[in-house]
Amino acid sequence: MQFDDKWVYTDKLKEHFMHPKNILMDATDYKYDGSGIVGNIKCGDQMLMFIQVDKEKQTITDCKWKTYGCASAIASTSILSEMVKGMKLEDAHKISPKDITKELGGLPEHKIHCSVLGDKALRAAIDDYYAKHGMKEKIKREQSKIVCQCMNVTDEEIEHAVLEGARTFYELQEKTKIGTVCGQCKGEAESLLNKYVKEHFGN
Amino acid sequence: MKRIYLDNNATTPLHPEVKKVLVDAMEVYGNPSSLHSYGREARQLVEDAREKAAKFIGAHTDDIVFTGSGSEANNTVLTTFTCQSRFCSLTAKHNAQIITTKIEHPCVLETASCLAGKGIKVAYLDVDQYGKINLEELKNSITEDTGLVSIMTANNEIGTIQDIKEISKIARSKGVLIHTDAVQAVGKIPINVNDLDVDYLTFSGHKIYGPKGTGVMYIKKGSPFCPFIRGGHQEKGRRAGTENTLGIIGTGKAIEMRVLEMEKDEKKFVEFKKLLKKGIEDNIPDIKFNGHPTDCLSNTLNVSFFGAEGEAILLYLDLEGVAVSTGSACASGSLDPSHVLLATGLSAENAHGSIRISMGRETTTDEIERVLDILPKVIKKIRDMSTAYVNKK
Repeated sequence: MQFDDKWVYTDKLKEHFMHPKNILMDATDYKYDGSGIVGNIKCGDQMLMFIQVDKEKQTITDCKWKTYGCASAIASTSILSEMVKGMKLEDAHKISPKDITKELGGLPEHKIHCSVLGDKALRAAIDDYYAKHGMKEKIKREQSKIVCQCMNVTDEEIEHAVLEGARTFYELQEKTKIGTVCGQCKGEAESLLNKYVKEHFGN
Repeated sequence: MKRIYLDNNATTPLHPEVKKVLVDAMEVYGNPSSLHSYGREARQLVEDAREKAAKFIGAHTDDIVFTGSGSEANNTVLTTFTCQSRFCSLTAKHNAQIITTKIEHPCVLETASCLAGKGIKVAYLDVDQYGKINLEELKNSITEDTGLVSIMTANNEIGTIQDIKEISKIARSKGVLIHTDAVQAVGKIPINVNDLDVDYLTFSGHKIYGPKGTGVMYIKKGSPFCPFIRGGHQEKGRRAGTENTLGIIGTGKAIEMRVLEMEKDEKKFVEFKKLLKKGIEDNIPDIKFNGHPTDCLSNTLNVSFFGAEGEAILLYLDLEGVAVSTGSACASGSLDPSHVLLATGLSAENAHGSIRISMGRETTTDEIERVLDILPKVIKKIRDMSTAYVNKK
């Protein structure tokens, strides 16, 4: 019987998994202008990103990374590091998980959180650069707080989900995947949910 | 690329002798329940298989029931204790407590949690760092309400073998029924139901080089039983539905071959496991072997590689043609790592970084050597890009 092996993920993802680009093999001599780390090893994913910036043009000239994670985490960090080279900081800041998964040719739903980490790590690196170079005002939203460490969901995203219609913890989970791993944040998430519901929709 | 299959605890390739028997058996299409010669022909083959299965585990042929899978067999045994029908002899026990462990196969754990929703009390025994239950804890967990103790003989992920004989002694002394899920044990280690003194024992054909979609359930004569699938007199009314004749015949042949080959394979596995352990230890730093050092299936080796994630290990090995499995969440679709490894006290990060190598009768020395050549490179590659691994050198 002919075995037409489609592998687990797309060809593009496979290519980046087999030959990841821009890994930072040795950090000792690498001069970077900004770095950011997100994720949690306990949950199986952690990403660390470094960027070099052309200060005149405000563009990313180089991007290096390290990732602890599965194939889609490795591939999405790799592809992201290619995407951002030459990109303006403000454009890179806007890269969404959707942009990354699109570039990869799609990800299975339960793998989306792997690409979520990539864009967050990148934003953290850019914000780090802004912070170190006296451009704190450019950090989009003042230090939103991560509530769910596993899925990297912030208070800001909870607020966003509430504005989009989430009223129960379950609906919040559907929109943000918050608390779907270790569940430790459930209490805090619920009280924030109630707070924002009251704030925006209360009497 | 020549592929290497080291996932025999997931399933096994058909034994060549089983294949031959199956080809012949395909000519036999009668329904074993039919009275005519076509039916009798099929019946004879099914009963031959039953005899082989019974003999293999030291049971009486009447006590063997064929099911559609090991999972079905386990569901059947546990669900027996939910019967609330007033016509059922078990009704008096409908509040019975079930004692099981935290490292059972999901088909036991999820059935147990479903039963808990129906008012059955379920207690989950802890295991130690090697995956063994504590017999004292078992003793203390048994209450007046306890109806069944269900503990697996050997664990699928880490290979740890429980002392079912001692467990039965404890259960018997308190008048409690005992079930063991022996899916990973039968065909790998000698199993005798009289020696183990259990009421129910379940196993499956596809883990022993037989066809998939087959389960075998031993029910000790006189032990309570309630069918899971009703509506037919097949299997003496204990499992309705026309028999999977091909599956049953194949399982019978697989068992016959196990009798001939088990000892030889065991010797080979012991040798290969030593090779694997030494090869891994010598060439890869920062690892941990999971499972019991001695009371463990010889074909099974579970190992954690610190700072490397299991799905990535599995898929890099897959690209090299090597098939293993992992306790990492990322490979399973869920986000939680292996419940078995967590129960042994392994940290979530190290559970994410575990793989299981499970050998089979076709595994060769060359294959083991090739894996030992590939594995260190794969782990190094992953660790080089990992945020969670610092090379100590």
